[in-house]
Amino acid sequence: MIVWIILVPLIGALINGLVFATGFYKKVLGGDEHTEKSIVNIVGCGVVLISALISTYLFVHLLSLEPENRQMIQMLFEWIPSGEFTVSFELLFDTLSCVMALIVTWIGFFIHVYSIGYMHHDESYAKYFTYLNIFIFFMLILVLGDSFPLMFVGWEGVGLASYLLIGFWYGDPEKAYAGRKAFIVNRIGDFGFILGIFLIFFVFGSVNYQDVFGKALDPAFMSAVPAAVMTAIALLLFVGAVGKSAQIPLYVWLPDAMAGPTPVSALIHAATMVTAGVYMIARCNAIYSQSHTAQVIIVTIAALTAFFAASIALTQNDIKKVLAYSTISQLGYMFMGIGIGAYTAGLFHLVTHAFFKALLFLGSGSVIHALSGEQDIRNMGGLRRLIPVTAITFLVGTLAISGVPFLSGFFSKDNILGAVYEGGYTIQWLIGLITAVLTALYMGRLYLLTFEGKSSVSASVKDQIHESPYTMTIPLIILAVLSIFGGYMGVPEFMGELVGIHGTNLFDQFVSSSILLEPVETVVHHLLHLSHVTLILFSIAAAVIGIAIAFYLYYMRPLLPGKIAEGKNIEPVYKGSLNKWYVDELYDYIIVQPFTYLSNLASYFDLKYIDGSVNGVAGVVKEMALTLRAAQTGVLRGYATLMALGAIAILVFLIVWQSF
Amino acid sequence: MGVSVEHYFVLSAILFVIGAYGVIARKNLLIVLMSLELMLNAANLAFVAFSRALNDMTGQVFMIMSITVAAAEVAVGLALVVAVYAHRESLDIDLLKMLKG
Repeated sequence: MIVWIILVPLIGALINGLVFATGFYKKVLGGDEHTEKSIVNIVGCGVVLISALISTYLFVHLLSLEPENRQMIQMLFEWIPSGEFTVSFELLFDTLSCVMALIVTWIGFFIHVYSIGYMHHDESYAKYFTYLNIFIFFMLILVLGDSFPLMFVGWEGVGLASYLLIGFWYGDPEKAYAGRKAFIVNRIGDFGFILGIFLIFFVFGSVNYQDVFGKALDPAFMSAVPAAVMTAIALLLFVGAVGKSAQIPLYVWLPDAMAGPTPVSALIHAATMVTAGVYMIARCNAIYSQSHTAQVIIVTIAALTAFFAASIALTQNDIKKVLAYSTISQLGYMFMGIGIGAYTAGLFHLVTHAFFKALLFLGSGSVIHALSGEQDIRNMGGLRRLIPVTAITFLVGTLAISGVPFLSGFFSKDNILGAVYEGGYTIQWLIGLITAVLTALYMGRLYLLTFEGKSSVSASVKDQIHESPYTMTIPLIILAVLSIFGGYMGVPEFMGELVGIHGTNLFDQFVSSSILLEPVETVVHHLLHLSHVTLILFSIAAAVIGIAIAFYLYYMRPLLPGKIAEGKNIEPVYKGSLNKWYVDELYDYIIVQPFTYLSNLASYFDLKYIDGSVNGVAGVVKEMALTLRAAQTGVLRGYATLMALGAIAILVFLIVWQSF
Repeated sequence: MGVSVEHYFVLSAILFVIGAYGVIARKNLLIVLMSLELMLNAANLAFVAFSRALNDMTGQVFMIMSITVAAAEVAVGLALVVAVYAHRESLDIDLLKMLKG
């Protein structure tokens, strides 16, 4: 049963890829454009819907089991039988992969449907759906695989799909470059990830989850494993996560990845693929819970990433770039939760983030669609009356991500910040709180500049503005509803207790059966003593302050932000943020340019000396052959004469030789 | 005066030189082939003569071997001559210069 979840999207990709994207249907079977699009739609979206329905069915089945038995395994075949090292192609459907599979298939389905409208005018329509289905296939292998190599297959596969879709409009060199950049930066992370897998095999003698985690939980086995080795495994795997999930220092590919079609940004670069690192760490909880050093490093990197990305998002003018940096920032939150060992809190933020960030990206896509490709928010404004459905759903997403009380982002972010505070990471908690203010501010700015205030849309575009078709607005509405109510799956326990309800965190109860090991509780000495209620008030205050500043600056006094940016002390900071703190330039200077120089040097050496010597030998032989060629006259009698003369010469020589 | 081994040797040398001259000087492919045969038989004669003089049978064995090979060679050579003639309608070896470098 489980295997069909991954097989069906593959079948869809094969049908769309072989029959339609190749032009076989139109050229050989003589089908027309309209029927082709209809079939591609039905196949492309249908297979994902089938996957989603199977996942839901299995989810219901899991619910019917006892919490400790909520796990299904399907063995397909021996994949790599090689002596000590054996990997089987085995799928695991436990509560953790169940949550991921549901997110991937259902959000994936909505985004497929949305794409019908968004990509309607594109020539490579069938190719687009082929790639999307391939992505779903690999993402499901990633989350359903039962061993590290299988996860790695999915890990690389989604990287491939991401590359193909970022460079989907490869006619534009800049977009093709963005695709390559994403692929290469991810490769650095993958290198760490694969080293981590090697080390796991070296230490545990297996790469299967059950074996590895079983041994990791066995005190007798672990007593022989030094703590430093566990830290090394945890950090090597984390390097992979840093690449895939866009954390400092490998986040640079994600903003550029916005070159792809907007639904792709929503699906791959916001809701699913970039959260693979979070899933991986949650999956390896038995390893991460045993390395305090790794946890501190992860939380610190995550907090810095969250703050750093938010500081860039504040000043970006491209609607998708703001959302991209916001995604990096929110991924930072997830890693903060996962890093301290609050696995379910991090995963819950993954889920709610998938709702509201997919919503925001699809909303931005709807705006771009309405404005015929305009992405600069300085050329927008006042769009609420023209595209009301997009505006209202976008507002819902903005409020949810800002952490406004009782929307989904509020619960999940509060879960994480509360856990970070209680874990004793006060500084990281403070950074997280400041980032929450920034989040509310930049999202408020984005909403207000796009949908409110005076319109800056050029006159020629203005007449064309239209609300998007139903295939686009219905996914928006569904995601908006999820963004509002999705948070009630995981209301933190202490919040429920405030109103006298116990057992409110259903999400935690469901997923925690997959969490094998929580970190050891340590006695924490807080700098500040804050109760749960105070923490909530801090979070609410952060959201309110951020939105209030945004409202004041970008709605009531729209001329003020420009003046602030030109202020004497502020201008360098503004410029820095606008130019992404020059990180791309820095990488270019310290990595790309030296590498190019080295490559040129190697190329020069190769051409001059290696090729030179080979060509030199060949040249000498050629010269000799050209000289000797004259002797080859083709006249038979000439040869015979020469032979006779030669024989006589030898004879004479021998006789003379004898006589001395 | 009896016939000594030197007589045979001189005859063999004369035959060889006549053959060599034929190969070098004649233009007809058939004659060239016949001259080659003459050179070969000059060598055979020397083999037999020395075999007899030195009372060693090795020379005769070589000669029989050589005649056998020569028979095969003539068969191939004549076939080539026929083929060349069929193509060129001439046996002038100066015209066969396609292998000029």
